[in-house]
Amino acid sequence: MTRDDALNPAMAPSRGPRELIFELGTPANRCTEIPAPDVPEVPADALAGQSRTCGLRLPHVTEVDVARHYHHLATMNFGVDSGSYPLGSCTMKYNPRLNEDACRLEGFAGLHPYQPLDTAQGALELMVSLADALGEVSGLPGVTLQPAAGAHGELTALMVFRAYHTANGDPRKRVVIPDAAHGTNPASVAMCGYEVTTIASDENGAVDLDALRAALDTDVAALMLTNPNTLGLFDPNIVEITKAVHEVGALAYCDGANLNAIMGKARPGDMGFDAMHINLHKTFSTPHGGGGPGAGPVCVTPALTPFLPGPLPVRNADGTFGLGWTEHSIGRIRSYFGNFGVLVRAYAYVLALGGDGLREASEQAVLSANYMKERLKSVYPLPYDRTCMHEFVLSGDELRKKYGVRTLDVAKRLLDYGVHPPTIYFPLIVHESIMIEPTETESLADLDRMCEALIAIAHEAESDPDLLHGAPYTTPVRRLDEARAVKQPDLRWNPADEL
Amino acid sequence: MLSAVGATSVDDLFESVPAAVRLGRPLALPGGVSEMEAAATLRALSDRNRPASRLVSFAGAGCYDHYVPSIVDHVLRRPEFFTAYTPYQPEVSQGTLQNIYEFQSMICEITGMDVANASMYDGATAFVEAALMAARTTKRDKVVVAGSVHPEWRVVLDTYAESGIIEVVTCPVEDGLTAAASAALLVDDATAAILVSNPNFFGHFEDLAALGDLAHAAGALFVVSMNPALAGVLESPASFGADIVVGEGQPLGNAMSFGGPGLGFFACREQYLRQMPGRIVGRTVDVDGAGAFVLTMQTREQHIRREKATSNICSNHALNALAAAVYLSSVGAEGLAEVGRACIAKAHYLREALLATGTFDAPFSAPFAHEFALRYTGDVVAMHAEMTRRGYIAGVDLGSIDPGMDGLVLFAVTEKRTRAEIDAFVEEVVSL
Repeated sequence: MTRDDALNPAMAPSRGPRELIFELGTPANRCTEIPAPDVPEVPADALAGQSRTCGLRLPHVTEVDVARHYHHLATMNFGVDSGSYPLGSCTMKYNPRLNEDACRLEGFAGLHPYQPLDTAQGALELMVSLADALGEVSGLPGVTLQPAAGAHGELTALMVFRAYHTANGDPRKRVVIPDAAHGTNPASVAMCGYEVTTIASDENGAVDLDALRAALDTDVAALMLTNPNTLGLFDPNIVEITKAVHEVGALAYCDGANLNAIMGKARPGDMGFDAMHINLHKTFSTPHGGGGPGAGPVCVTPALTPFLPGPLPVRNADGTFGLGWTEHSIGRIRSYFGNFGVLVRAYAYVLALGGDGLREASEQAVLSANYMKERLKSVYPLPYDRTCMHEFVLSGDELRKKYGVRTLDVAKRLLDYGVHPPTIYFPLIVHESIMIEPTETESLADLDRMCEALIAIAHEAESDPDLLHGAPYTTPVRRLDEARAVKQPDLRWNPADEL
Repeated sequence: MLSAVGATSVDDLFESVPAAVRLGRPLALPGGVSEMEAAATLRALSDRNRPASRLVSFAGAGCYDHYVPSIVDHVLRRPEFFTAYTPYQPEVSQGTLQNIYEFQSMICEITGMDVANASMYDGATAFVEAALMAARTTKRDKVVVAGSVHPEWRVVLDTYAESGIIEVVTCPVEDGLTAAASAALLVDDATAAILVSNPNFFGHFEDLAALGDLAHAAGALFVVSMNPALAGVLESPASFGADIVVGEGQPLGNAMSFGGPGLGFFACREQYLRQMPGRIVGRTVDVDGAGAFVLTMQTREQHIRREKATSNICSNHALNALAAAVYLSSVGAEGLAEVGRACIAKAHYLREALLATGTFDAPFSAPFAHEFALRYTGDVVAMHAEMTRRGYIAGVDLGSIDPGMDGLVLFAVTEKRTRAEIDAFVEEVVSL
C-alpha cells in the first residue's frame, strides 16, 4: 500500500485553506478576557450620542483555536527559513534571530515616543549610531531614518530635492528615469508633483548617455537610477552620468535596492549621487514580514542635509542624545521617528558583521550570483552576458518559442522543487525575464540545488511542456483564477453574502 | 567557486566598477563581533532606557500602552510569516494572503466600510493617502483638515502638500472641537474632502454627522480617522456618513516601540475601490476549484501602472496587520468592548481626581473618551521631570509638540492602569 492509498480522504488533514477564523468557534467562546474596571463605569449617554448600538462581528474563539488557526496559516507560507528564495531585486537574505530578540527587549519595545528623552538615551544612541553607519556605507553623511519603506524613502528624497530647488528659486518640473526602473520610481515622482521622462537603456542594458543628455535640461529636477541596475550590472559610465546630471543643475538619486552588491566596495556618494534610500529589509537583514514593515532611510550630501525631514536623532555636545531639526526641514513624512523596531534589527546586523563583514556579505552575494549565472547561461539565454553584481537576468524566451513554455510556467514548476521562484517579468526590457538573486545566504550546495532544479525544468519543458503548464502540483493550492478575483471581487468576509 | 566563474580573486568580479569610484579602503566601522558580544551591547543600550511600559504611564497622543495577549507575539515569531516576502506567489503564500483577507474583513467591521486594504505605514500616512484619494476621486484639489487632528499628522499632510498636488486648509479649533459652522466657511465647490479625527487629538467627540453632511452637500468626501481600540464601544464612522475611514492600528496588539512600526489601516465605500491605494487581497479558486486567496485589483498599483498608480506604496505593514488580526481574534467583540469601556472609565476617573486636587484646570468641557487635556497650574516641564523620576509618565506635555499648547497636558488611560496606580499618581502629583 502506498501512502496515498492509506489516506481516508474524508479524514485527511487539509493542506490548503481552511475555514476563516470568523467561521470557527461558538458565540460563547473567548480567548483573552479583560478585567472589569475597578472604577465606576461611564454611562453610554456620556459619549456624545456615539455609543455603539449594533454588535461587532469579530471572531469568537478560544486560545487553542487561535493557535491552531495561525499555525495552519503558517504552514501554507514559504519563507526564507523554508528554503532558497532567489527573488531578484528583493534580497531575501536570512533574518538573524538575534535581531528579533533585540527589537523585543522591553527597553526598546516598551518605549513611548513622547516619553522624556532622558529616559530614552539608549534608543537615541542606537539611532545615531545606525545613521552614522549608513552614512559611511553610502558615502552620503546626512541621514534620516524615518521613511517606512523604500518607496517612502524615494518620495522623501524627491521632496528634499524639490525643497532644495525651490530654495534656489528654481523648482523645476521633470524627473528622468530609465526604462528598467522599479515601478515605485515613477509613482513616487508623480506623488511629488513632478512629471516623468523615461529614457531607453542602451544595448548593454546601461544608461544610454546620448538619450540621457538629450533628456536633460534645466527643467529636470533629478535623475533616478538604480546602480547596480535592475539587470544586476554596474553602470560603467556612472561618473559621466552623474556629471551630466549636475551640469544642468539637476540632482542624482540612487535607488538603493541593489546596495547588497557593493557594501564596502563602492559608495553611491563617491559615484556622484546626491541622495539614496537604503532598504533595511533587503540589505540589512531585517525581515520582509510577508510585505512589511520595512524601513527606507535616506542618505544625502551635506548640501541637502538642511532639508531633511525631522526630527533627527542627534548627539549633543555634552555627549547626551536628543532630537533636532535642520534649518530648512521639509517637515515630517510620518509620525514619530521611524520604524524603530526595524532600526534595532538593522543595527544588530551592523554590530554583528562590522565593516569587514558587510563587505564580505557583498562579495559573497556577487560571487554566488556569478556562480549561478555561469551554471545556467548555457540552458537559459543571458541577454546581457557580463560579470554581474549580486543578481542577473535570464530570458525564458527560447523556451517560449520552442516549446510554448512561459517563464511563469518555469516559476510555478520551481515551487514543486521546493525553491521559491525568482522575480519574473521584471525588468521589462528583457522578454520572459527571470531575475535571480541568491544573496550571500545560500550555501554552495543550495546554489547547486537551485541550478539543478532550473536545468531539470528546462529539460521538462522540452520533454513534457504540459507538465509545466499545469504546475505547481505540490503546493497548498495550485494556480489561481486571478481573473475571477478581479471580475467577482470578494474582498471581505460577509455572512450576509452567504445566506 | 572563484574558478567556476573564471576569477582568481573576488576583486575580479568588481572590475566593472570604475577604478575612480572603488572605495579602496575598509569601511570606517568597528569590526564584527560574536553574537554574544552583540547581544550584550544591545542589552546595554536597551537598559539605558526606562520604557513607558515599565512605568505607570499616562502617555498616549497616538501611541498607547494596551495589553497585548501572549498569543500575539507567538504567532508573529513564526518564521513562515516573518521571513516571507510579499505574497506575489500565491500558491505558497496562502498564510499571508488569508490573514490579510481576514484583516481586511475585521477592518471593514470596525470602520463600517465596505472594503479595506492590506495596511499602510502608519496612521499619518494613511490619513494623507485618504486626502490624495479624495482629490483623485472628486477631481478637486483642496482638502479641509480639522485643526483638532494630531499636530504631527497635520504637519505630514502639509509636507506632502508641498508637492502642489493638493492644497490644505486648516479649520480652527474651538473649545477643543471642530465647529461645523466654521468649517462651512472653508468648504466650497473646490473642496475634495473634509478630514477629521474622532475622538480628536484632545480626546473629544466631533460632531461627525454635521461635518459629514457639510462635506456631502459640497460634493466632497468625508474622511474620518478613528481609534480602533474604542471600536467596541463607539459607533463606526460609517454611521455618520464617512466615505473613507483610516487610523493608526498600533493599539491593536502592537508594541509601542518608540512609535514604530505600527500600521495604518485604510477602508472606504465600495464605489471608491478603484481609487484606493495599497494592496488588496481577494478570494477566488484554484484550478482544482479549491478556495484560495490572491492579490487583486493590481492595476491600481505602482508595479503595473507606474506614474499613473494610485500611490507609490509597495511595502506595507503586513506583519503588524497580522498582530492586529490576532489581537482582534483573541479579544473578540466582547473583549474589544471591555477594553474600550475600561479605558473610558479610567480616563474619566483620573480626570475627575486631578481636577479635584485644584492643581489642574479644565480648558475644555466637551465629552471625551479615553484621553483628555488639562492645564497644569505650575511648571509643566518640572512636574513632568519629577514625576518621571518617581516612576510615572505624567501624560504628554503638549507644549513640547506645539508651543501654542503650552501649559496643557494630554492624559491617556488604558485598561492596564489600576485604580491604585491612578490614586497613587494623583497623590504624588499633588505633593509636588
